Amino acid sequence: MLNGRFGIHGGQYVPETLMSAIGELEEAYSHYRNDPGFQEELAALLHNYAGRPSLLYFAEKMTADLNGAKIYLKREDLNHTGSHKINNVLGQALLAKYMGKTRVIAETGAGQHGVAAATAAALMGMDCEIFMGQEDIERQRLNVYRMELLGAQVHAVTSGTRTLKDAVNETMREWTKRVADTHYVLGSVMGPHPFPTMVRDFQSVIGREVKQQLLQKEGRLPDVLLACVGGGSNAIGLFYDFIAEPGVRLIGCEAAGRGIDSTETAATITTGTLGIFHGMKSYFCQDRYGQIAPVYSISAGLDYPGVGPEHAQLHDTGRAEYVPITDHEAVEAFEYLSQVEGIIPAIESAHALAYAIKIAPAMRKDQIMVVNLSGRGDKDVAAIARYRGEQIDV
Amino acid sequence: MSKLQQVFSKGKAFIPFITAGDPSLEVTERLMFKMAEAGADLIELGVPFSDPIAEGPVIQAASERALAAGVTTDKILAMVGRMRKSCQVPVALMTYVNPIFTYGTERFLKKCQAVGIAAVIVPDVPFEEREELLPFCPTYGVDLISMIAPTSNRRIRMIASEAQGFIYCVSSLGVTGVRHKIGSIVEQMIKQVKEVKEIPCAIGFGVSQPEQAKELARFADGVIVGSAIVKIIGQYGAGCVPHVVEYVRSMKNSIN
Repeated sequence: MLNGRFGIHGGQYVPETLMSAIGELEEAYSHYRNDPGFQEELAALLHNYAGRPSLLYFAEKMTADLNGAKIYLKREDLNHTGSHKINNVLGQALLAKYMGKTRVIAETGAGQHGVAAATAAALMGMDCEIFMGQEDIERQRLNVYRMELLGAQVHAVTSGTRTLKDAVNETMREWTKRVADTHYVLGSVMGPHPFPTMVRDFQSVIGREVKQQLLQKEGRLPDVLLACVGGGSNAIGLFYDFIAEPGVRLIGCEAAGRGIDSTETAATITTGTLGIFHGMKSYFCQDRYGQIAPVYSISAGLDYPGVGPEHAQLHDTGRAEYVPITDHEAVEAFEYLSQVEGIIPAIESAHALAYAIKIAPAMRKDQIMVVNLSGRGDKDVAAIARYRGEQIDV
Repeated sequence: MSKLQQVFSKGKAFIPFITAGDPSLEVTERLMFKMAEAGADLIELGVPFSDPIAEGPVIQAASERALAAGVTTDKILAMVGRMRKSCQVPVALMTYVNPIFTYGTERFLKKCQAVGIAAVIVPDVPFEEREELLPFCPTYGVDLISMIAPTSNRRIRMIASEAQGFIYCVSSLGVTGVRHKIGSIVEQMIKQVKEVKEIPCAIGFGVSQPEQAKELARFADGVIVGSAIVKIIGQYGAGCVPHVVEYVRSMKNSIN
């Protein structure tokens, strides 16, 4: 049980049918992560295709308005395809290509990961099939069309709660049917080993850049890092290079939906308990018989009943803090950033912004906070309009 | 001695799978009695899970029906205890690791022993994670059944060497469900097992027709049928018992 453990969390709890594919992936990844040719090709793709490094933007007006800590935004929303998801998919698609795979499959919630996976597949000439909950397809029509435009086939998942969790179930089922030529591009730091480690490595470019950029601009490390957490890939990407820096507070913002006292929430660390699901031991929203609970958030990307095993460990050790943010707080932050800085954030990222708005005023002016703006909000405009009682066509 | 030895001692074993609580626990209890009478040598009883990632649409739907009807782990264990007072057919529970872990692994296996359950089959606990369950199994006399799949290749020797009770041979890639053709690969898999250890091998995933079962029984020690039976239950609901009995009888006859 040593493989891929983060404290007591992680592991490889998948059916026997998948074990050889996971073993093959583990072997290939441990080889190529140290292969200079692979790393150079990936770095070139991230630079020339995804547009990295992403900007570290000083939010001067927000800082002045909140009258506390100095606020920087890590602009992952400016990456090609509009979110941090591209960092991971380029890494995994390239790895799949090196492994001789010709087809990739992926789950998606909001559609950001699906769009990114379809993009990487188009670029590398691979077949691509995306599994998406029926409910999310209705919430994110634009992204569905975008994936199809990129040449991917989108399958509607109609089982269970018809959201991200069920999309993961269905993609795993599809992988068990066809493993020889197919790689499963998992979208977050979750699932069986090696995914949590591999996805974290591919996303850790975010924090590495932040460290460099901030040292250049301020000559010092930040006091607080903020990121939203569903599965937790953008958060771990930002945190990873700072875990060994004890002076840096790491704060993950979970989706509380309609509140952590309601049943309509997706705040896994705040309300969940220890369990084993989707290949990993971690925290899950579930009942006392271990049935996974239906979760809810306005954000399709955070609407997931589990959290990556490394976050579970960071919570256990107290190294990172996890706080719940409601739909209402996130929507207000979504509108706030649009109006104050002229940047429309993804509703996922707005959860991190909401907490920044809460704590920045109480911080000293010489303190520095970095918020991961993990994605752009164009995809959410219709849903926010609906939340405010307006119907617009997309 | 393993409670499962008698299962394979009287010729080829027929092992039907049903989901507990689909459509109700009362019907499940009656089905277990009647399937035993009709020749079932071991009953694989599914404890439904909200997210059964190894199941195809038929058993997924049965799990949803059972959970919607309010079945719980406690109610299922109590029913098995009741049933086994008057029916001696061995029972293996099939479920996912989370319902066991969340219930408390030791508490779960202790209750299994108390109600006379012979074995547990947990598809999302592969060989590498067996320590999650295995340490408690001998204490409570419950076998942890190992699975092998067409993709297992070199893993077969490793898995077989530590297997107990019987080996569940997954006949084809993918999830549970009815298939028309089952490749010869499973015959090779069983051969590899027997080179390492003399342990019964039962084939599951995709078996539905008597002729198919007969063909598989040439080289397998047992045949497991799930989706085909669960489909009948889904079709007839509370009135399914005679239809299932007829099916079980025809399958049992075909393999012996």
